[in-house]
Amino acid sequence: MKKYTYTESKDTRSGFGVGLLEAGKMNENVVALCADLIGSLKMDAFIKEFPERFFQIGIAEANMMGIAAGLTIGGKIPFTGTFAEFSTARVYDQVRQSIAYSHKNVKIAASHAGLTLGEDGATHQTLEDIGLMKMLPGMVVINPCDFNQTKAATIAAAQYEGPVYLRFGRPVVPNFTPADQTFEIGKAVLLNEGKDVTIIATGHLVWEAIQAGEELEKLGIDAEIINIHTIKPLDEEAILASVRKTGCVVTAEEHNRLGGLGDSVAQVLAQKLPTPQEYVAVNDSFGESGTPAQLMEKYGLTSSNIVAAARKVISRK
Amino acid sequence: MSADINKLEQIASQVRRDIVRMVHACKSGHPGGSLGCTDYFVALYFHMMKHDPSFNMDGKGEDLFFLSNGHISPVFYSTLARAGYFPVSELTTFRKIDSRLQGHPTTHEGLPGIRIASGSLGQGLSIAIGAAQAKKLNNDDRLVYVLMGDGELQEGQIWEAALYAPHNKVDNLIAAVDYNGAQIDGPTNSVLSLGNLKAKWEAFGWEVVEVTNGNDMSTVIAGLEEAKSRTGNGRPVVILLHTEMGNGVDFMMGTHKWHGVAPNDEQLASALNQLTETLGDY
Repeated sequence: MKKYTYTESKDTRSGFGVGLLEAGKMNENVVALCADLIGSLKMDAFIKEFPERFFQIGIAEANMMGIAAGLTIGGKIPFTGTFAEFSTARVYDQVRQSIAYSHKNVKIAASHAGLTLGEDGATHQTLEDIGLMKMLPGMVVINPCDFNQTKAATIAAAQYEGPVYLRFGRPVVPNFTPADQTFEIGKAVLLNEGKDVTIIATGHLVWEAIQAGEELEKLGIDAEIINIHTIKPLDEEAILASVRKTGCVVTAEEHNRLGGLGDSVAQVLAQKLPTPQEYVAVNDSFGESGTPAQLMEKYGLTSSNIVAAARKVISRK
Repeated sequence: MSADINKLEQIASQVRRDIVRMVHACKSGHPGGSLGCTDYFVALYFHMMKHDPSFNMDGKGEDLFFLSNGHISPVFYSTLARAGYFPVSELTTFRKIDSRLQGHPTTHEGLPGIRIASGSLGQGLSIAIGAAQAKKLNNDDRLVYVLMGDGELQEGQIWEAALYAPHNKVDNLIAAVDYNGAQIDGPTNSVLSLGNLKAKWEAFGWEVVEVTNGNDMSTVIAGLEEAKSRTGNGRPVVILLHTEMGNGVDFMMGTHKWHGVAPNDEQLASALNQLTETLGDY
């Protein structure tokens, strides 16, 4: 098992904030909008540097999505900022008609995704957003795993022409990917080569997958670990190549098991390489209040859940 | 530049013929609101706006128009075709399979002149505000126009946008409300009253221009000129455009019945008898 270390833990939303500032410096057409959550989205640095390129919308997310779509007409590259719940479910029709169907170059920056939002509870913890966004034709769906990767993903999103949903989170998590990485949309990252089981993880579950890989190694199980930071378009080749070798797969995500990464992987495998698969995901449920660690434990999204799923799926081969 | 009212009225007559022929040919579509807004569309595209039919999405240096109530696509398509955005012969494809002229306007099929999809109501004012703010960032001094239906004002997003534009001094924007007092289920006053619209928009901080007869070309031009004169003063402008649904075709006027119904062969003949062919039918 390849060794992964980190010197500090940071929140992915801060990676977005730093990436946004850098994207803004690289291209004067990059603009930002926020629905009254500047601090939460870490947009302060961008606003300080480019006050004339920032639009405070107020608590009006539908209007924000429309204004963002309008700003693209004139060549702007808008990043909208609010929580993932209010970036998707609250404004689904606006995103669908004014952004996706109209193919506007809007980047939907969605923070506080999933259970790790924590104490605010289920009203704010979206577990459906990946599914909602990946169903929209032409929408790119990205869920990076740590600070460095979120920063790189933000810059890549600005450089990509077309609508992007960029999902990240609230808590500090290990920052283990390289600071100087280039982010290629739609390209999986192979974290560890193995032969017994493929673990495909996204977002905060990638670090859990690495820890699971270390535990499995102690049990004599050689896990291949893939970081899928882009759920759509999905890197089918990377998945198929791995599964041809291992013959079974575990998917891991901070999302409802219905409609997330696991379903995307299952669809590929069902058509091209039917394979035993286990899901590490929320089992069709809403979340609740608690600390992020308590919630990940209660809803079964930890490294030990991945270990158990790996052992189970290997037994099904 | 003074308007050639007679010429504009002739164009409007042809656009009205196009509208009833289009909805008749595909046996669906929305003739009522289209006919009511014909004079406004013709005034915009053949007199008020600086625009380029060779069409560039960003429209820098041009005045832009957005249709929020996308169901009145027949008047939009006819106006764009007659203004040279695409061949008038393409109007025959309206609402048919493999057409760029979808039931509701879309950028998806690449039809020149369309900059945003609309149909699901309430979204166009936000789009227009964004485009107007992009113009300001680009130091582009042209204007942005948007048309909404009056029934559409029942959508909450409109009022989010109405609150935003004055706060942010979006004063290069001329919105218009097709104030025909009717929607699918009946008179707006019985479905969900809009109350005193002028007072509402003024209370939100908008300049309000009332056009009492939106189906009289001279009055429409005068209203648009008045609206334009009020731009650039720190406040957005809205026109309350009093129109008559179905205007120009006697049996379609004075009722909401023709909101989304196509005429049969006999009704088409009757309608065309009332509308002079001026530019040649497509």
